[in-house]
Amino acid sequence: MVIECKHVWDQISGYLDGTLDPAMLAQVQKHLEHCELCSAILDSTRNILILTADKRVFELPLGFSKRLHARLDQEMQGTLIEPSGDP
Amino acid sequence: MDETQNLGDEMHAITAILAGDSQVFHRLIRPYERTVYVMVVAILHNEADAEDVTQEAFLKAFRNLKNFRGEAKFGTWLISIALNEAKSRLRQRKGVTMESLDESPDERGHIAPALVRDWREIPSEYIERQEVRSILQEAVVNLPLIYREVFLLRTIDELSGAEVAKALGITVALVKVRLHRARLLLQKRLAPQLKHIDRKQRWFPWL
Repeated sequence: MVIECKHVWDQISGYLDGTLDPAMLAQVQKHLEHCELCSAILDSTRNILILTADKRVFELPLGFSKRLHARLDQEMQGTLIEPSGDP
Repeated sequence: MDETQNLGDEMHAITAILAGDSQVFHRLIRPYERTVYVMVVAILHNEADAEDVTQEAFLKAFRNLKNFRGEAKFGTWLISIALNEAKSRLRQRKGVTMESLDESPDERGHIAPALVRDWREIPSEYIERQEVRSILQEAVVNLPLIYREVFLLRTIDELSGAEVAKALGITVALVKVRLHRARLLLQKRLAPQLKHIDRKQRWFPWL
């Protein structure tokens, strides 16, 4: 069975995750062999997903970890010693 | 370290904390600091708020650790707490332009990707460029919330489909649908933008 481009687009995510069933996978692969447009769409999606998943895209603010652990320490001291009511 | 050993270590650490060795909590959460923060900042679009909410989420996890039953992985439990904290902060922001939390984009309509005729791969090194980082960040934080949260949990937090479903209280099938739509929306927005990135520009202009 020949499938159209828009049907291939519906399968992009499954194709990239390797979760398509064998019959669908065969149809998509066959389509990709002769469709440059869908091949380019697939390549760009794969490329874009690698880029957006990169750890460097969202970085922790400077000193984030230090401030977090300092706040946790305050909390932990509070759980051991009853708060005195001081700020 | 394999995952089973990791999970065993985490349960061991949690037992120690509950027995009174609070300091172990610092070590327990280290691997999750970045992923929790990234998810929160992508929901709140504001670094200062995100840092505060992330701290609150870790504090809440510490206070409620005795309620952790080990049915989910510790990381999944932690992320659920952070997600709830972030969403409740969004709800508190009154008078600020915000998307409705209940807004549900049409989940059945067809999403057509950007029709790029040829694609020259963008190497990961390009992320060193602030311009590229900003383009990528903007695309992720502008996804509709229901797609964004699934995308982040799967991609940044590396949860499985089943874990995402559990964290969000939706079915695994819906996780798949939303992830697919998130990916297509990212391609649709980013492919045309990234295609026009100046490839000749030096990464470090001061060199």
